[in-house]
Amino acid sequence: MQTALQFGPVLIHLDQLLYGVGQTIQLAVLSILFGTIIGVLGAIGRSFGPRWVSWPIAAYVELIRNTPLLIQLYFVFFSLPMFGLKLSSGSAAILALSIHLGAYATEILRAGVESVPVGQIEAAKSLGLTSYRIIRHVVLVPAVRAVYPALSAQFILQLMGTSIVGAIAAEELTAIANNLVMETFRSFEVYIVIAVIYFVLVQSASLILAGLGRLLFRWRT
Amino acid sequence: MSLRDFGPNELMFLIMATRWTILLALIAFAGGGVIGLIVAALRVAPLLPLRGLAAGYIQFFMGTPILIQLFMAYYGSSLLGFRPDPWVAAAVTFSLNGGAFFGEIFRGSIDAVPKGQWEASTALGFRFLPTLRLVILPQAVRLMLPPTVGFMVQIVKTTSVASLIGLTELARAATQVNTVTFQPVLVFGTVSLIYFMLCWPLSLYAGYLERRVGGGLQVRTKKPLLMAS
Repeated sequence: MQTALQFGPVLIHLDQLLYGVGQTIQLAVLSILFGTIIGVLGAIGRSFGPRWVSWPIAAYVELIRNTPLLIQLYFVFFSLPMFGLKLSSGSAAILALSIHLGAYATEILRAGVESVPVGQIEAAKSLGLTSYRIIRHVVLVPAVRAVYPALSAQFILQLMGTSIVGAIAAEELTAIANNLVMETFRSFEVYIVIAVIYFVLVQSASLILAGLGRLLFRWRT
Repeated sequence: MSLRDFGPNELMFLIMATRWTILLALIAFAGGGVIGLIVAALRVAPLLPLRGLAAGYIQFFMGTPILIQLFMAYYGSSLLGFRPDPWVAAAVTFSLNGGAFFGEIFRGSIDAVPKGQWEASTALGFRFLPTLRLVILPQAVRLMLPPTVGFMVQIVKTTSVASLIGLTELARAATQVNTVTFQPVLVFGTVSLIYFMLCWPLSLYAGYLERRVGGGLQVRTKKPLLMAS
């Protein structure tokens, strides 16, 4: 039995590793984008909507937050074709990841929306701002600012969460890793390399999100 | 075109598989709790290298996906000369991973105890460990309870990832039943419901504890304590 670690056979497949990184970033960015849109709409509906809007949103949030992402992934991937909607594994992964993040984003943003003082909204109303402008400028911007740290932590988790979509044969870094294991038989080395790549990705994403936060929310309260 | 329909036998199979999900979650909770306590103690230890070690440990386990950690434990064990076993790999990984998260939760609670308590205790002649054990931890427990229960929900959900190294728990049982019945809506709907029934009471309890602790001392952690699942 060979016990020495050999990274050479793994690192010559750099092109595949980079492709995997690209796929992982794409999955993360798209699902974060769609998930955040769901979250913004969900938080507004949950806080300001009538009961027939806010109640289903609450049920959606609780259901998603209390079941594993893997099961949500399987549900989307295997069930949608039953209703005549055939998705590629990549699209199914993005859909499931977006629905997943949407629930967490809704809950986080709702906390932000509720942190906006009622007086601030009343003041905007008495100034004659339209509902759209009130929600956008007076509620959402301070709300996002208030919960930005929690939101970016959730985005980082989403980046790491993409690692399990290989389970439905979607292509990303972890799935590429599994292919490389088959090719090189250097399983441990492959996963060490992949772990390092994820670690670098996560740290870079944290830095980017922190920088973005400073850039977007420069004013003082 | 299915081999079987989703009937009472299949439902029973899923319910029996839930045992392993619960068992793995309990192992992760116990192992993670013990390791977390050690990590938290190191994190506030008076020696810089110990603090650095604990911080690096937390960085690694919080900064890489748990699936990769699982694969490393599973395939790494063969490198060390053991036969890879999904249960051993999962138990070790979930305990180590949980230890990092619990370590952060506990450290956050320890940090929330006023510094004067440390100083008073030192002035009375207590060394580091007795201070932590007899003075700080009893006060911190009240604060660490809500996030600890909240993290249990994350553990239960994350055990599903162990199915990907071949451990037959609820999620893997679900894919097996789905393969023979081909009724994904029913199968994954049922499994979602089982997970929900395990997690929701814990979520509600965590929320209740959080509201009860409410005022007074607040846990302040650098990052919100969540875990990908």
